[in-house]
Parts: sequence; structure tokens; C-alpha cells
Amino acid sequence: MSEMFHQLWESGGFLTATWETVYMTVLSTAISYVIGLPLGVLLAATDRGGVHPIPWLNKTLGIIVNIFRSMPFIVLMVAMLPVAKFIVGTSLGNSAMIVMLVIAASPYIARMVESSIKEVNAGVIEAAEAMGSSTMQIIVKVLIPESKPSLIIGAVISSVTILGYTAMASTIGGGGLGAVAITKGHQRFNDDVIWFCVVLIVLIVQLMQEFGMRLAHKTDKRIHK
Amino acid sequence: MIEIQHLSKVFPSAAGDITALSDINLTVADGEIFGIIGLSGAGKSTLVRCMNLLERPTEGRVIVDGNDLMTLSKKELLKVRQSIGMIFQSFNLLEQRNVLANVCYPLEIAGVPKEDAKKRATELIDMVGLSERIRSYPSQLSGGQKQRVAIARALATNPKYLLCDEATSALDPNTTASILELLRDINRTMGVTIVVITHEMKVIDRICDRVAVIDQSKIAEIGNVSEVFTAPKSAIARELILPGATSVTAQTNGHKIRLVFNGEDSGKPLVSSLILECQIPVNILFADTKDIEGRSYGHMVIQIPDDARMRERVEAFLDANRIVHSEEV
Repeated sequence: MSEMFHQLWESGGFLTATWETVYMTVLSTAISYVIGLPLGVLLAATDRGGVHPIPWLNKTLGIIVNIFRSMPFIVLMVAMLPVAKFIVGTSLGNSAMIVMLVIAASPYIARMVESSIKEVNAGVIEAAEAMGSSTMQIIVKVLIPESKPSLIIGAVISSVTILGYTAMASTIGGGGLGAVAITKGHQRFNDDVIWFCVVLIVLIVQLMQEFGMRLAHKTDKRIHK
Repeated sequence: MIEIQHLSKVFPSAAGDITALSDINLTVADGEIFGIIGLSGAGKSTLVRCMNLLERPTEGRVIVDGNDLMTLSKKELLKVRQSIGMIFQSFNLLEQRNVLANVCYPLEIAGVPKEDAKKRATELIDMVGLSERIRSYPSQLSGGQKQRVAIARALATNPKYLLCDEATSALDPNTTASILELLRDINRTMGVTIVVITHEMKVIDRICDRVAVIDQSKIAEIGNVSEVFTAPKSAIARELILPGATSVTAQTNGHKIRLVFNGEDSGKPLVSSLILECQIPVNILFADTKDIEGRSYGHMVIQIPDDARMRERVEAFLDANRIVHSEEV
């Protein structure tokens, strides 16, 4: 064991970093959903064949989402530094990092939500229309509840992606396991620190995955239990 | 009353316009069960969707209780739709809601207070015979049970009309019979006017008062079921009533008579008695009959020698036995 590993172990450095990673992942995922969920619903609803087709709006939103989605996170992050500074007053540290994560993850989540919503059986939507539901009632009472299990699975996949982003975000001075692996491990030639961070990240991902899938399974009433 | 006047529906497509319906005129009277039959692709599903404007006609008018639906605002249209129930071939229940919550859905939409909605839904679920499955989810129900839930749901807001789009096409014969019986009960006891879309003549025969036969986007024939059934005027109606029979009977000479079995005692050896009593040779050209609980339903085309006296004897025998018959040409 390297001296750095001991030092991090004794001082609780690993624990703090794990907590930071979890905290940033959860917080950014949550904020990203505040933006991504309505955006995804809007994308699905305004599409041709959606519950309320508005082609020009759908096209415009689609292009914007695609621009953000096609930029590699590391590039997007550097490009968005001024935005972070504008919103949270600094372009460094965890708060700035959450801004970056939200900017990168929201369009991604919007697409996930859009595809979940589009899985809802067209016949069920037609039945709701035949019963005199308004567009908003269809969205709130049919589309979202009917796609709930799929939305939960999407949230799990999204949060794992965001967890991956948090590691990259350490380059702008954020904390977390990624930062520890890079600054204390890679840059100081402590391979054991890198690998231990990897193990911890793998564990977090496994837990998230397991918990999320169980939740999705439990909510899904289409499965016989 | 639902009136359809000069209704046409054209779907634009890259390969050119597709005419789904052209110049349809029909009236569904209050209290009746009106059937619309046609082969798949004839336009019947589009027609029923025009009745609540799920499809907007390209031309023509849809008038429900004097309201021209085409002139209504979106809000008014939603209100009208709440008074027209609809059920589907694939049931279309909300998969993530249990039976009770499914039946409550239209009441939520109509703004009925939660407790009242639950009470009303429970009554309806009881009426369709599913009180024991009230907490079940659609995935735990059979096809027939799902359709019963769909019927309860469609009736929740006390609609005046019920549109059924191939409602029994995904069900086996016994389940079909029980669903049709339920629909007839609803028509009789609640006074709900029912429009039935189907490709199966037996559905029409079982419950409908009047029928419109649709072929290639047009109405080929319209009339009382008993008339259309015993003496179909259009080729398509004949084909629908006796699938495969036209090709057999067209090439045969002699006098041909079509017999219609509409719930006669199936234990009676009718054809044997006919031969023995009338003392004539009878040839069965085509038969499509079914025995349901000791009663026969269906059609038979028989051939007898082309002789006026023999014909009279046979007709007298059939009349005496109360078998509906008509000359087949």
C-alpha cells in the first residue's frame, strides 16, 4: 500500500469522496429531471403522431437537444464555464460542476423520457381521447403513469451516466472519487488509489442499478406477481 | 340520434390520396343496436372513429343529438365525447391501473368527486360481473374480463351511445357470446344506443337491429338485419353472410334455396324430414351452421329439382317448420 492510500484511508478521504460522488450524482440527476422530464414529454407530445403535434416546435427542440447531445462532455464542460460562472458565481468547484452536469444531462434525459413516453400503447391513448380527455389530462393521467416503469429504468441509466460525468468534472476542481483517482492516484503514481476508487465507483453503480431495477419491477403492474 | 351526412374521409399519403370513406349517409336511431359490417380495409373502423371525431372527416357532417360535431370547439367536443362510450378490439385498458381505477378514469376526467366516482365504478364493475377482480390489474385478467372492464369504463359517465370497434374479434366464440349478451342487456336495461363494428356476420345476427354493409369505402346495403340476412341484395353482403358459398352455388343448376337457422332446435333432423315428407331429392350445396346450447344458427343452401310443384311443397314444409328461407340466385 502506498503512503497516499494509508493517508486517505486514515483521514476518511475515501469516505468523503464517495459521499461527494453520490451527492453530486443524485443532486444533478434530480435537477436534470426538472428540466429533462417536461422537455422529454414535450418532445413526445409535439411529435407527428403525438397527442398534440406541433411540428415546428418539435423540430426546434429536437435540434437544440441534438446539439447538446452531440458535444463530448469534456468539451461541453469547458464551453459552459462562463454559464456556470453566471449561474453560481464561480466556474470552479462542486457547484459549478453541478451546473455542467445538469446542462449535459438534461438533453440526454429528455431523450430517455421521450422514448419511454413513446412506448405507451397508442390504443390506450386513443381510448383516453375517446373518453374526452384533454391533452394535459392524457399527459398527466395516461402517458406518465403508464410509462412509469420505463421512466424509472431510464432514470437509473441516466444517473449512471451522470456518475461517469462527475469523474470528468474533477478536471475543473470538483470533488468526488474521480478527482481522488486523478489527482491523488494518477498524477502521483499511486495505482492502488486509482483501483480502490474504481472499486468504490463500481459498487455505487451496482447498488444504484440493483435498487433502480427492483423499484421499476415493483411499480410495474404488467408483471404477474 | 347519430346522423352521418355525405361523409368522406381521404388520407393523404406519399403514394397518393387514399379514400377510406366516400359519401356515407346513415342514421343511428336512439335505442337501437346498429351494426356496421365489412371486410378489413373497407373503412368501417374509420367510420366509427368519425362518430366521435377521433378522425375528422374530410367532407360531410356528423350530427349527434342535433349537434354538428365539426362546428364544436375543442372543449365542447371533449364534453360530447364524454357522452359517447367506446370499446376496442384490444381493450385498451390502462395497464398500470387496477380494475377500479380504470373504471374511475372517465369519471376523473369528467370531474366527478372521488368518492362518488368509486361508488359508481363499483356498481358498474358489479354489473359486468367482476366484483371479485376489482383490485386486479389488467395483466391478471382474461380477454373477456378485460372487455368487461372496458365496457364498465365506457359506461361510467352514463353515455347515451356506445361505440364498439371489433369488440369481440379478439375473443373466443363462448366469450364473444357472453360479451354480446352483456351488450344486449345494456341496450335493453339502460337504453344505451350501440354501434357495433365487425367483420363477423354472426355478431350482427346476434344483437343488431339494423345493419349497414360497407364495401370499398361505400355503403353497399343498409336495412333491418333480418332482411339483409335472409335476402342480401349486394354481392358483398352475400359473401359476408355465406363466406365461400357464392363460388359453389353460382355454378350449380336447379332451384336453390337458402335456409336460415336462427336458433331452431338442433335436435330435429330437418333435412331428413324434408326429404321424407316432400319425397324429393335434396342436395346440400353449402352449409355453415353452428350448434350453440342445443340451438342451431347459420345458413344452408340446398338444391332441389327445378320443378314448380316440388318447390311449392318444399316451401310449404319450411314455412310449417318456421324456417326462414329465400331463393338463392
